[in-house]
Amino acid sequence: MKINKLFNSVNDVMSDVFDGAVIMLGGFGEAGSPVELIHGLIDTKCKELTIIANNAGNGKIGLGALIGENQVKKVICSFARSPKSITFKELYENNKIELEVVPQGTLAERIRSAGAGIPGFYTQTSVGTPLAEGKEIKIFNGKEYVLEKSLKADFALIKAETSDRYGNLTYNKTARNFNPIMCMAANQTIVQVKRIEKEENTDPEKIITPGIFVNKVTIVNNPIIESIAIDNGETYP
Amino acid sequence: MNEFINIGWTKDEIAKKIAYEFPHGSYVNLGIGMPELVSKFVDESKEIIYHSENGLLGMGPPAKENELDYELINAGKKPVTILPGGSYCHHADSFSMIRGGHIDYCVLGAMEVSEGGDLANWTTGKGIPAVGGAMDLVVGAKNVFVMSQHTTKDGSPKFLKNCSLPLTGKSVVTRVYSNLAILDVTPDGFKLKEMYEKIDFDFLQKATEAKIISN
Repeated sequence: MKINKLFNSVNDVMSDVFDGAVIMLGGFGEAGSPVELIHGLIDTKCKELTIIANNAGNGKIGLGALIGENQVKKVICSFARSPKSITFKELYENNKIELEVVPQGTLAERIRSAGAGIPGFYTQTSVGTPLAEGKEIKIFNGKEYVLEKSLKADFALIKAETSDRYGNLTYNKTARNFNPIMCMAANQTIVQVKRIEKEENTDPEKIITPGIFVNKVTIVNNPIIESIAIDNGETYP
Repeated sequence: MNEFINIGWTKDEIAKKIAYEFPHGSYVNLGIGMPELVSKFVDESKEIIYHSENGLLGMGPPAKENELDYELINAGKKPVTILPGGSYCHHADSFSMIRGGHIDYCVLGAMEVSEGGDLANWTTGKGIPAVGGAMDLVVGAKNVFVMSQHTTKDGSPKFLKNCSLPLTGKSVVTRVYSNLAILDVTPDGFKLKEMYEKIDFDFLQKATEAKIISN
C-alpha cells in the first residue's frame, strides 16, 4: 500500500462537509484563494457555515458567491470591506450575517496557535480599543496584554502551487499568506493545486507545508483569476 | 473646502520627507493609501527594505503591465514586484515581523491622533468595521509615523486632545507628518519639529485642537 492523498475531482474532496461546519478559507484577497473548492462547497448546498478568512469576498465568485447563496451564518475576518464586495455588504446591512472583526496578526496567530496545540495567548494588539472589550487583560513587565483564544476549524480549503502524493505542498509568491497556517488548524485540510509534482516526491528543502497537515488534494490546473472573472461579469453558480 | 487644506506641502512632498527620514538598512511597512506614496522616493545613498504584511519582505515598485502577477500583490491587493534580497513568508511569520518588534518604522493614515499618541484610523463607527493589520502595526513597529492632512475636508482638526472615534491603539504614535507641519508626540504633547515655510505658528495652532509646543 502506498499513501495517496490525490483525488480526481473537486466533488470527491468535498464529500465530508456538513451543515454548520466551521471552515477556513486560505487567501489574501484573490491571491491564494481556493476559488474552485469554494464553488465545490457551494455545490454541496451546506448551510449555516462559519467562515474564517481574511476578507469577505468580492463580486459573485468564490467567497462572494458562497455568501450570496445564503450558506454562511458568520464570517470571522480582519477586513470585510472592499470596493467590489456585493453579497456580504447587503447581508450585513440587513443584519442577516454575523461578523467578528479580528486584527489581522491576531487572526493569523489564533490560527497558528490552534495548529500548534496552544489554546490561547496574550498580545498587545487591540489593547485599549473596542476589540479588547470583555477580554481578560494581564500585565507583563508593566505592559497590558489581552487574552486571545485560538481558532480551530472542521475544514480548511487551501490553494497551493504543487503537491506530491504525500500532500507535501509548495506555494507561489504572496499566494502563500494564510494557507500554510490554516492547513495546521483544521480537522480536515482540503487542497487545490495547479499541478502535481513531477517527481515521486517534492524536494524536502522546497516543501512549505509538510504532508502531515494535509488530507485531500485535487488538481485545478487553470484556476479562475477572481478579479478578471469579476471584471468579465462572471458569477457562480 | 477650508483654509487649512489647499495650503502647505503636497502629498508627494510629505512622502519625500518621510522617505528620506529612514536610516540606512531600515525595515519599513507602509499603510494603504497616502503612505504608499512614500516608496516613490528613494534616497540613493541608502537601502531601505519595504515589508508588506501579506507575506512579502523586499517589496519593489508597482508591477508594470508586462509584469502583472495576481499572486504577487501588496497589502492593498495591488500587483507589485519583489526586489533582490526579498522573500515570501506565511501570514503568522509576516505578523511576527510586526508584533515581534522587528519592523523599524510603519507609516499609517489617520482619522484622529491625540496629544498622548492615541490613534483612530479604522472605523467611524458606521458601515462595515474593518481593521486589517493596523492594530498589529501600531503596537509592534518601533516607530509609528502618521501621514495625514492636518484637518478633515471640512476643516475640523484631526490632531486633538482626545480622540472621539474608536481607537486603533493607545499611546502608539511617534510622529505626525501633515501638509502643515511635522509634530513629534512627546510626554508633554505635540512638539513642533518642522512647519510649512509660508504659514506662521498661530495659523498652525488654529488648525490643531491640541496645544502645540513650539521652540
